[in-house]
Amino acid sequence: MEIKKAAMAGTLESSDAQVTVEPGNGTIELSIKSSVIHQFGKQIKAAVLETLDRLEVTDAKVTVVDKGALDCTLKARVECAVYRSNDIVENLPWGGVIK
Amino acid sequence: MINAVGREIPEEVLRATGKEVFKGTYAYDNYEYTKAAPKARTMMDPKRSKMVQNIHEALVKCGIKDNMTISFHHHFREGDYVVNMVMEEIHNMGIKGLTICASSLGKANDPIVPYIDDGTIVGIQSSGVRGKIGEAISTGRLRDLAIMRSHGGRVRAVESGEVHIDIAFIGAPTCDEYGNMRANGGKSDCGVLSYAMVDAQYADKVVAITDCLVPFPNIPASISMTQVDFVCVVEEIGNPAKIATGAAKPTTDVRKIMMADYCTQFVIHTPYFKEGFSYQTGVGGASIASTISLGKIMQERGIHMGLGLGGITTPMCDLLAKGLINKIVDTQDFDMGAIESIKTNPNHIEISASEYADPFNKGAYVNKLDFVILASLEVDVNFNCNVVVGSDGMITGAQGGHPDTAAGAKCTIVIAPLLQGRIPAICTNVTTVTTPGETVDVVITDYGIAINPRRQDLIECMKDVKLPFCTIEELRDKAYAIVGEPDPVQFGERVVGIIESRDGTVLDVVREIKEYEFKD
Repeated sequence: MEIKKAAMAGTLESSDAQVTVEPGNGTIELSIKSSVIHQFGKQIKAAVLETLDRLEVTDAKVTVVDKGALDCTLKARVECAVYRSNDIVENLPWGGVIK
Repeated sequence: MINAVGREIPEEVLRATGKEVFKGTYAYDNYEYTKAAPKARTMMDPKRSKMVQNIHEALVKCGIKDNMTISFHHHFREGDYVVNMVMEEIHNMGIKGLTICASSLGKANDPIVPYIDDGTIVGIQSSGVRGKIGEAISTGRLRDLAIMRSHGGRVRAVESGEVHIDIAFIGAPTCDEYGNMRANGGKSDCGVLSYAMVDAQYADKVVAITDCLVPFPNIPASISMTQVDFVCVVEEIGNPAKIATGAAKPTTDVRKIMMADYCTQFVIHTPYFKEGFSYQTGVGGASIASTISLGKIMQERGIHMGLGLGGITTPMCDLLAKGLINKIVDTQDFDMGAIESIKTNPNHIEISASEYADPFNKGAYVNKLDFVILASLEVDVNFNCNVVVGSDGMITGAQGGHPDTAAGAKCTIVIAPLLQGRIPAICTNVTTVTTPGETVDVVITDYGIAINPRRQDLIECMKDVKLPFCTIEELRDKAYAIVGEPDPVQFGERVVGIIESRDGTVLDVVREIKEYEFKD
């Protein structure tokens, strides 16, 4: 999917993450801030990249501000931000690319 | 060198400190040593006064100079003004290279951080630190190694001469002109002065700082005039609203209430739950809830607690008032109810930190404990606990009496929710060992209860008890299944602090924190 405009999903509440996607410069540019970066930085990065890959996003600036969210939450926030950047808010492909 | 809790202690730390590695909780039992002694100055002329005009005059008369060690107590907790006011004056005098030996330091003491950065303070020895002081140590800004000691370990360090206090500054809610200090009857009451007693006994110079000068004699005194050189009256020694808060409302968090119920059920099924048992608990929501639920069963069965120990909160005092506890012996008061109780109830008694927990005296109260209920940031599969270093590697807590009571009690119970956000409380290896696993008997979480395999006797007596028992490895695996397996914190090379065992050996070290780097 193409990132058509800046979009955001999630909050800064404990156990959530706020994900922002913006149109990129040809690649994935990922920035992660997390309250649990030492323990889970690797896993957060993997969860975000895997989700972007599944959604076929290859060109985006992605900013994650994580407050200890589980992987399932991170994935949901990334998916939501990407669809919002395309103004798709209904008829989401549940069970398709959204797992 | 690897110590008895499996931690690698760098040779240069051992060389620099002259300390040995931890060899086991009771390795120093029956150890003989000679106690240190302070330099004293006589007071024979009845016309000479101990009163000084201000902190500056006290410092001058005490002969403050570079590289001294000065001490403070933390009974005013987050309402403390004494540390900051003394340090500000010392800083204004241009004194450098001081070591602070405090019973603890909290966020209230954040204003002294600039004095770490400019070299006024080069050493910190404390039960723990929070807030910006912790950050300063963890980011490598303190010149010397920080030393974290338990409450009992601090008394040992002073008595054995491992640390020599040049000047002790003791905030006193009331004091007379000859230095008799009490913790009650003033504007900033803190209930007891237990942690400061060893300072008064072993420091070369002792300064009483009060905001409520009372007529002589201020007795019975917590700290006697016989140990006090100077008395200084200041505007305010603390903020009463932050020294003691109102009684915490019993928790309504169902997870904590469930863990408290597990704890009470465990306690009453041990052989130690019988008439005259002794008990200590912390101030966490689950600990307080377990005191309340245990109280109900004591009442139903007519079982009395012989001894309630420790940092005291209102629920313990309520049991005392109901006649369910025979004696409370107290080293710290956490709320107004506890302070009120020690003022009015003759069975609520102030003791020194030495009597409480010192491993190097001839017998402390902790050794007589049947139960202690503790909390922990992390517990690993060897039952080692960490209560000082946050899972992010930052120093952010205090040993307090954790290792002392765990070593003393017949049954040490740690209550910890399995997960704090994404951080698992039960893990393969704690970030830092602050209480050795050999002294921890039971870990209670919201997902199950693990008994230390070293305690086959407890496993045996729980075999028909309907509680969700499992192994500690199973608890860890449940946690990791939910949040994923955490990586260890990426520390820098430099050692910035030592976790000292009660006996003065090195239990673990704390390294400088560094910015996280993605490895690929």
